[in-house]
Amino acid sequence: MKKKPLTKNIRPGRGPLTLKEYEKSGGYQAVRKALKMTPQQVQEEVKASNLRGRGGAGFPTGMKWSFVPMGDDAPRPKYFLVNADEMEPGAFKDRLLLEGDPHQVIEGAIVSSYAIQADIAYIFLRWAYKLAEERLARAIAEAYAENYLGKNIMGSDYSLELYLHVSAGRYICGEETALLNAMEGRRAIPRTKPPFPQVCGLWGKPSVVNNTETVCNVPHIISNGAEWFKGLGRSGDGGTKIYGVSGRVNRPGAWELPMGTTIRELLEEHAGGMIDGYKFRGVMPGGGSTDFLVGEHLDVKMDFDSVQKAGSRMGTGTMIVLDDKTCPVGMVHNLEEFFARESCGWCTPCREGLPWLAKILRAIEEGKGEAGDIEILKEHTKLLGPGNTFCAHAPGAVEPLQSALKYFREDFERHIREKRCSYK
Amino acid sequence: MLTEEERKEIRDELKRHAHKQAACVEALKIVQRHRGWVSDEVRDIAELLEMTPDELDGVATFYSQIFRRPAGKHVIRVCDGVSCWVMGYDIVRRHLKVRLGIDAGETSSDGQFTLLPISCLGACNIAPAMMIDDELYGNLTFEKIDGILEKYR
Repeated sequence: MKKKPLTKNIRPGRGPLTLKEYEKSGGYQAVRKALKMTPQQVQEEVKASNLRGRGGAGFPTGMKWSFVPMGDDAPRPKYFLVNADEMEPGAFKDRLLLEGDPHQVIEGAIVSSYAIQADIAYIFLRWAYKLAEERLARAIAEAYAENYLGKNIMGSDYSLELYLHVSAGRYICGEETALLNAMEGRRAIPRTKPPFPQVCGLWGKPSVVNNTETVCNVPHIISNGAEWFKGLGRSGDGGTKIYGVSGRVNRPGAWELPMGTTIRELLEEHAGGMIDGYKFRGVMPGGGSTDFLVGEHLDVKMDFDSVQKAGSRMGTGTMIVLDDKTCPVGMVHNLEEFFARESCGWCTPCREGLPWLAKILRAIEEGKGEAGDIEILKEHTKLLGPGNTFCAHAPGAVEPLQSALKYFREDFERHIREKRCSYK
Repeated sequence: MLTEEERKEIRDELKRHAHKQAACVEALKIVQRHRGWVSDEVRDIAELLEMTPDELDGVATFYSQIFRRPAGKHVIRVCDGVSCWVMGYDIVRRHLKVRLGIDAGETSSDGQFTLLPISCLGACNIAPAMMIDDELYGNLTFEKIDGILEKYR
């Protein structure tokens, strides 16, 4: 059985498979199979597989779908949206899938749309992914020409229109309710939940937003079954995961591996260890909005529950390594500047608090830190934490800060004491 | 005033949408493609979309890649995402500053280049990275940057 279902068709340095080539490698069989199942059966299979959202939150996909009103009385049209707005600092996994195998994304969107009986689907793509845009547009046209999209797909009574929406920048668009506002042509600020998008989403109609990698898993689950999927992983969370490593390692990159591969294995075997002259100091396991982990955590399995137990989040599964010659204060400053810039400005704590954090961190980094700064920073990791802001943006933003204060506190103190950054 | 060509492209885009407002990002991009930025023609675009100018400007100013100020012929976006920061964003930016004589947010006096910092480009495996117009460049070194800039001069 295929051990790397998501990346088996991806040929580095060469273009993606055409529709005909994709069909030859088993592609679009899941659409044919799903159309012979009931939508409920498709939902049940995905639920049984324990597929969890690969965008960062890890919410069970089958359960997310199950809140969509079904049957003849359900409000119409219903929408399915592929979240391809990858913008988490340090994340480059969805780019691999979008550029490498666009038909897999489309097939995933069709099967998922069928499961919730969506009438219209969108791929919400990040503006910077120009190659993906070109390749997806071509693949969508091919899929329409072969009636995998459009009216009465493959002679069934199911019809689906799929559109590509290319955004114009802003991290917050990846938040699912902000993404809905962006699609409607409004400022992309998050919406209050409840009501949840599954009930009241795009233009007030039932809508589901799923991450690109999540969507890509769906056809394989339908083709091979939930049990097969669960067997791919090394821990409770089923399937494979596209992990990535960046920073001062020998072979930065992204690899599809069994869910639950350890941080050590990723860093040492796949990323080739640290570059000569650099030592490992810490790692943000799932992108810029996840807590640092350190040496004692190297044997933690990269799955949702294990990383959470270790005090962080698996997030996107793309990790950024902190080495011993890089200043942790500077690194966190870079992140908080990003989060401050990308705050949508809707709620006060996030709009005002994040720039304040960035300003204090800049001062410390420039040798202008003062006694008491660390306490102010620490206090703000609570004030901007879960429950105090409108969405998860600020709580995510303070994760790397709170853990840096815990593991690298001496660096902050030294900056303030010596009135300089000793890494420069 | 929008040109006839811009109007036609926006009208064509509107045909794809059941809700006119949903076409607004695309409409702004159309005008930016023609002019390099979105001037106060926001008014005319808003009229076509049946939005108020303020509503549309609220959207235009929200997005980092819709320019409400003139930009140079080529836009250089230097990734300041965390992986690129670790791998040398600062020295890349300083080198560009020396070569082009402009800092982040500025346009060269000959109107050739605008330099902008950009959030993580998703090219962390080839950090440090930058985009010039639609082209992505990674594993940047001083020599490589000089060679790339030559192509655009």
